[in-house]
Amino acid sequence: MSGTFENPEVVQEEVDILLIGGGMACCGAAYEIMRWADAAKRENGVDLKIKLVDKAAMDRSGAVAQGLSAINTYIGDAQDPADYARMVSNDLMGITRDDLAYDVGRHVDESVHLFEEWGLPIWKTDEAGERHDGSVDMPKLKDGGKPVRSGKWQIMINGESYKWIVAEAAKKALGMDRIQERIFIVKLVNDKNDKNRIAGAVGFSVRDNKVVVYKAKAILLAAGGCVNLFRPRSVGEGQGRAWYPVWNAGSTYTMAAEAGAELTMMENRFVPARFKDGYGPVGAWFLLFKAQATNANGEVYMVKNKEMLNDYPPYGQAAVPASCLRNHLMLKEMKEGRGPIYMDTVTALAKLRETLSPREVKHLEAEAWEDFLDMCVGQCGIWVGENIEPEKKNSELMPTEPYLLGSHSGCCGIWTSGPEDVGAPTDETAAGVPAHLPKGWNWGYRGMTTVKGLFTAGDGVGASGHKFSSGSHAEGRLAAKSMVKYCIDNKDMSVELDTPADQLVAEIYKPVRNYLEFKDYSTAIDVNPNYITPKMLQFRLQKIMDEYVAGVATYYTTNDKMLAVASEKLDMLKEDAEKMRAKDLHELLRAWENYHRILTAEAHMKHILFREESRYPGFYYRMDKNFVDEENWKCFVNSIYDKTTKQWTCFKRAHVDLVDKTKLFKPAAH
Amino acid sequence: MPTFVRTDKCDGCKGQDKTACMYICPHDLMKLDKDGSETGHAMKAFNQEPEQCWECYSCVKICPQQAIEVRHYADVVPLGGSVQPLRGSDSIMWTIKFRNGVLKRFKFPIRTTPEGSIDCYGGKPEASMANVTKSGFFNQMNGYRAGNPAELIRK
Repeated sequence: MSGTFENPEVVQEEVDILLIGGGMACCGAAYEIMRWADAAKRENGVDLKIKLVDKAAMDRSGAVAQGLSAINTYIGDAQDPADYARMVSNDLMGITRDDLAYDVGRHVDESVHLFEEWGLPIWKTDEAGERHDGSVDMPKLKDGGKPVRSGKWQIMINGESYKWIVAEAAKKALGMDRIQERIFIVKLVNDKNDKNRIAGAVGFSVRDNKVVVYKAKAILLAAGGCVNLFRPRSVGEGQGRAWYPVWNAGSTYTMAAEAGAELTMMENRFVPARFKDGYGPVGAWFLLFKAQATNANGEVYMVKNKEMLNDYPPYGQAAVPASCLRNHLMLKEMKEGRGPIYMDTVTALAKLRETLSPREVKHLEAEAWEDFLDMCVGQCGIWVGENIEPEKKNSELMPTEPYLLGSHSGCCGIWTSGPEDVGAPTDETAAGVPAHLPKGWNWGYRGMTTVKGLFTAGDGVGASGHKFSSGSHAEGRLAAKSMVKYCIDNKDMSVELDTPADQLVAEIYKPVRNYLEFKDYSTAIDVNPNYITPKMLQFRLQKIMDEYVAGVATYYTTNDKMLAVASEKLDMLKEDAEKMRAKDLHELLRAWENYHRILTAEAHMKHILFREESRYPGFYYRMDKNFVDEENWKCFVNSIYDKTTKQWTCFKRAHVDLVDKTKLFKPAAH
Repeated sequence: MPTFVRTDKCDGCKGQDKTACMYICPHDLMKLDKDGSETGHAMKAFNQEPEQCWECYSCVKICPQQAIEVRHYADVVPLGGSVQPLRGSDSIMWTIKFRNGVLKRFKFPIRTTPEGSIDCYGGKPEASMANVTKSGFFNQMNGYRAGNPAELIRK
């Protein structure tokens, strides 16, 4: 029985564990979970049914689809997980969960060692200090091989096939009969008898006219961050050239919020300063090639404006100031008319050439190009089109449009249960936390959200950034273990969907019905008073966010009154989202992605309004509260969403340090 | 920043239901025009939403006919350059042509093991339920960093 566009087939399936997403986090979970599932069968007699669904193809899905030129989190044997937790904290202006960062720090290298075993080429340094590609036969990291550090935490790789390799292991571990690609999950479903428990998820096939309704005891929701909720700097064909992957639509945050999960730090955003237009990575240029960023007059703004760092103690006074503060110093030059900003590639490469042999110079040139070709080919497109050879001509830098994510240099996401053995609080001292929510930082299952049975990893875990690809994989593995434990502990429990399947199907296909009902009302398919195209809805969202919620149009500034206007406009946009149309399955995909973007954007706006300070100067400024207020706001801002009333409730949670942060501001121990 | 498909090279993956580019595109952009009603070229693929293209090159790299190339986004980049890969099983070759004619070629390794060779649990221990609530994964490969306990100031 195959469905039609008018009347899709409905497939209902019951599993124990559902993995939503196919990126690094879910690939990590897929790898780890089968070993524990085998143990559960062997030792507990529990035979778990497990399934993974991905809206794309796992070989090239998620943020690592294109590849990467570095693994940004590798601790190594000379650094302590506490050092890592300190760095994460300072880069995110002091408000992170040390328990989560520390836990990633102690586990992450295990995943990196697996990647190398599976075939990921990792650059090595020989005894003479010369760098070698990962294809050269040298000792592996696990056997003491020395990686090429492009920074304190980063190691260089030949990473074009990074995701392909990691996906191969995940697919083999799970087996293809447990994987379904091109299934887009759009809503989670709570339990009929316990609204704080997860019971399932619904979505649709983007290839066939088919709606899927899954019942599940445990769900890992790891569907990436949020891109294109703000108007991007390029609005024509170049709109797709987002810095983070354009297919990250806020699905993680919105689905979790609608299921009642507590979100955290949704006011946080990341505004990367990158090579202009192509958004090519700058890390290797700064750290490996030792290039400097200058204003149009060749002045190094990090030196020229260094006094500005003193306005934000102690975060400006660490050896490496927080990312947002580096933007803050750059923006001064731009706003005062001393742009463009440049990466001085010419001087950097000339300096390196002074001490290198011709063979090494050739290798250096290849390294510089590979940095882009492995992970951001688009930047090469800019260079060839504009005749930019980095040894001859400098390239412009520019802060991008804002992005929401929890795995890179940002920390918005879901409030997640952490490890129990690192001294995390078990009580809550801040007033105003809704009574049904857990009190401390751990509540039984590592990686579980405040909704029973709903787990997250990667971009989903809030208040702990800088996990990147490897940390997200490790976090998925940690969640996998706990999900197996959760299912064993609840082996006799049965869950029941709180909404009948036919109602869920009708909701999912509503944009299709809107289209079919009204399409003949007007002659032009896209202009019709009865519906709105997903594309126009996205433009409206981007315009609101850009102009009122501190996008590039206002140099990242807003205030309480602008946010109030945004709030009204977003309310109407949410209402109009009910009128989105889908003329085919591809547009149905876009319709639901954009719905997810709206709720994520709304959470961002509500959190910025609630936090009465400007915690991230350089990422956003609340001009009515343009200061960092350590006394009143060194705390988490968390929220819950009521899907019935469509209202947000924001509240504070107390922040405590589990590792000593003052060490950051002394001479480095290593 | 869109990909485009060359009419002289695309064979629609020989009439299979799904082309390689459709299979791989992370953003569901590539589409097979079965009857030519959308492009005028029957049984050839096309990018149905070019302004949503991340230029990740997944389709370019996987196309068995090398029929897919990239014309860098016209609202930003001057015409005339090209960046084209040829991805093999252990390395990738890039041909880079500048607008002014400068040509560069690079070859980089992409993996050190044969494709499909990963033996994910080979030589690795079983998991033991006694460890399920402990820190650490089911196996260890010298990568677990226990950390100095004195660093945890609240413990």
